[in-house]
Amino acid sequence: MTVPIGHWLALSAVLFSIGAVGVLLRRNLIVVLMAIEIMLNAVNVAFVALSRHLQSMDGQVIVFFVMTVAAAEAAVGLAIILAVFAQRRTLNADELGRLRG
Amino acid sequence: MTAFWILATLAVLSAIVTILHRSPVYGALALVQTLLLIAAMFALLDAHLVAFLQVIVYAGAIMVLFLFVIMLLGAEDEVRLEGRSALRLGALVSAVALAFELATVVVAKRVDGSALPASFGSTEALAERLFSRWALPFELTSLLLMVAVVGAVVLARRKA
Repeated sequence: MTVPIGHWLALSAVLFSIGAVGVLLRRNLIVVLMAIEIMLNAVNVAFVALSRHLQSMDGQVIVFFVMTVAAAEAAVGLAIILAVFAQRRTLNADELGRLRG
Repeated sequence: MTAFWILATLAVLSAIVTILHRSPVYGALALVQTLLLIAAMFALLDAHLVAFLQVIVYAGAIMVLFLFVIMLLGAEDEVRLEGRSALRLGALVSAVALAFELATVVVAKRVDGSALPASFGSTEALAERLFSRWALPFELTSLLLMVAVVGAVVLARRKA
């Protein structure tokens, strides 16, 4: 295993920025949630790579917690999307502006 | 090193497909591919239990939930891809900022491969950490999951 740690961190940053661009560009709520999943996974890559680099299992434990939070976030987020769609018949974030001041 | 480049290239490509494909179904399938590639990276980094969890929990459970909701709501294609111009500007600025961060972060320091304990990444070692040093966060996780379950049920039942 001779991959430089910087390569792993760079890959993590690239994946994270792809997810961030997805959150900002896409209007479909489900796709926005999927982009958030990409961002969470990018951070997981950094955690596992650093865990390997520092030879400490703590990073992998944190990945375990991140996965738990991601599962909870997906369950609640998708339930919100279902409730929104039942009321408004749309998933377009631009048409859901009722809370805007 | 070769494995890293193959996995990294494929993961970045399928992540781009995920956020750019017009159909949410194909986006979700590309995301499944991304998650499986990341699981392979975890295995490459000797994090075997985490790699298994990635496949089972992420690519299995969470993505099935996503596909289920997409099918339930009808897979409507998006009419236009871009957001409002302010958001487009924000996306551009953040992409440039992250690219700059990338340029500074890539240092030629290698992952130290020497003297790795044989149990590194095993279920045993991870569980030992989880139930000693991280016991309190672990218990809080169960609370979080319970709140999420109750919240999801409440949100889903309100309209029905």
